[in-house]
Amino acid sequence: MVTSSQPVPPLGLTLSHLSHSYEMPSGARSVLDDVSLDVEPGEFIALIGPSGCGKSTLLRLVAGLETPDTGTLLADGASITGPDPSRIIMFQDPTLYPWRTVHSNISLGLDIRGEKNPEAVAAAIRLVGLEEFSRAWPHQLSGGMAQRVALARALINSPRMLLLDEPLGKLDSLTRLAMQTKLYRLWKSQGFTALMVTHDVEEALLLASRVIVFSPRPARILADIHVDWPEPRHREDPRLQSLRAHILEQLETGISPLATA
Amino acid sequence: MSNSQTIPASASPTASSATTGHLAFAPAVFWQWLAGPVWLLAALVTWKLPDRDDFPDTGQFAFLLFAVGLCLLALTAIGRLRERAPWALVLGLGLGAWEVMQAKFLLLPRPFFGTPQDLLDVFLTDWKRLGDSLLHSLLLLVIGYVSGSVLGIITGVALGRSHHIRYWVRPIMRLIGPLPPVALLPLTFVIFPSTRLAGEVLMALAAGFPVAVLTWSGVSAVDHAYYDVARTMGAGDRFLVLRVALPAATPQIFVGLFMGLGASFAMLVVAEMLGVKSGLGFYMQWAQGWAAYPNMYAALIVMSLMCTTLMTLLFKLRDHCLKWQKNGLKW
Repeated sequence: MVTSSQPVPPLGLTLSHLSHSYEMPSGARSVLDDVSLDVEPGEFIALIGPSGCGKSTLLRLVAGLETPDTGTLLADGASITGPDPSRIIMFQDPTLYPWRTVHSNISLGLDIRGEKNPEAVAAAIRLVGLEEFSRAWPHQLSGGMAQRVALARALINSPRMLLLDEPLGKLDSLTRLAMQTKLYRLWKSQGFTALMVTHDVEEALLLASRVIVFSPRPARILADIHVDWPEPRHREDPRLQSLRAHILEQLETGISPLATA
Repeated sequence: MSNSQTIPASASPTASSATTGHLAFAPAVFWQWLAGPVWLLAALVTWKLPDRDDFPDTGQFAFLLFAVGLCLLALTAIGRLRERAPWALVLGLGLGAWEVMQAKFLLLPRPFFGTPQDLLDVFLTDWKRLGDSLLHSLLLLVIGYVSGSVLGIITGVALGRSHHIRYWVRPIMRLIGPLPPVALLPLTFVIFPSTRLAGEVLMALAAGFPVAVLTWSGVSAVDHAYYDVARTMGAGDRFLVLRVALPAATPQIFVGLFMGLGASFAMLVVAEMLGVKSGLGFYMQWAQGWAAYPNMYAALIVMSLMCTTLMTLLFKLRDHCLKWQKNGLKW
């Protein structure tokens, strides 16, 4: 259950030769093209690429919400065949259930599995600092608070891997900064592997231990960058600035594959 | 943290909608003190002015007006009449005017327009049969409506969730649904062993169709991400249908339930007038046949009270089920 003192063993991931396409009226549209990636347990990986390039599809495949056309996905060596509470996905929209209060939105995962654990729910609410709002309805929350509820709803499942599909994409810039810190601290304390899609290069370099740069659709991996300088990281850090410029250049051209940094 | 536009959790949605939705109507104290005396005046006129003909229960009617007048005065004194005062006043004026026009001066053609005491007499002498008719109507309506609604919701969810069921059921729905259930009346009276059962089936059909269509539309419109969220936490089909699709579609389902209730009312009256040998519709038909117009009016009043009560109950149920919504219509 969720307590900051009790980390879960993080999940490792092996993706090999993943390809995927969607049926469109105009024919099959390929979104992933031969993507292979190894994720060590406990890594924080940022996936960056032009919008619509297939990063979100990659997350859905890892979550088990869809199955790839070809290629294999292994979580800790076991094949991913469907969704599992150890791999929780979080979307750009909070997607809270409007008919449930904050409290019962957070306890969703427990309800689904028929578990009762009021202490865990209370702990999750405390973790995101929403004690006063536990009886509020989702429509009474601001965007940042709603996303924090979504975060607590994910964490109550003690996920071994958190799949973040641009979770901060729609927040205003101040809320966004606060949420980045929150997310980073939770990753540090809860011990899950994180896979985050983002369009914000700076955000990726601040939070992630590894940044994967994708080409335009169908997504191929252009670069795999280890961000290994120590914390705390600062936006003004010259290393961050130069790496940021480098990645942006990659995204603009999007053609020449770069060797692993 | 990011409490940019926080709203206190204690601010309940109902309270906020009540204050923003409509301003409270507060008539002057003058009006409140006038309501009771108007009824007392009406009582005095009824009692003292001689009747034009030999009407029953004039004394009882005068006493009723008198009693209501005293109650209104008492309510005013404890400050509970408030915004109801103008209505109470106008009602007293209306009853008094009706009494004077018809009972005292006979200004309207006789058999069709009765006096207030004629109507009161029906309630005083025929209340047993009226009550019995009400009970039969209610039973027929509730059995038909509830079974039709439940079947409608099940059908709607199935249509929204399953390709196979859509393939087989949709053409049938399209063929039978738009047909007014009244058109099936002769057929059902032939098919079913009792007219009562036939009435229930028709009522279920009348309620079931709008409920099924709106439930279907509600379930189809459910944000797919809602399912993804639950699935990633390990939810099975049962949870997805009962705890995600159904609550998400509830606002639409209630629209269907309201339409279905209206259709059931119509179907009830037609069924009772044309086949079922009990209930308020039957009573009205009988009263009209015997030119017992006061009885017909009395049945009409009882029926209207029944319909509005059921409608109110449905609104209460909706308000309870949809208390998570920001605001809604007040009945």
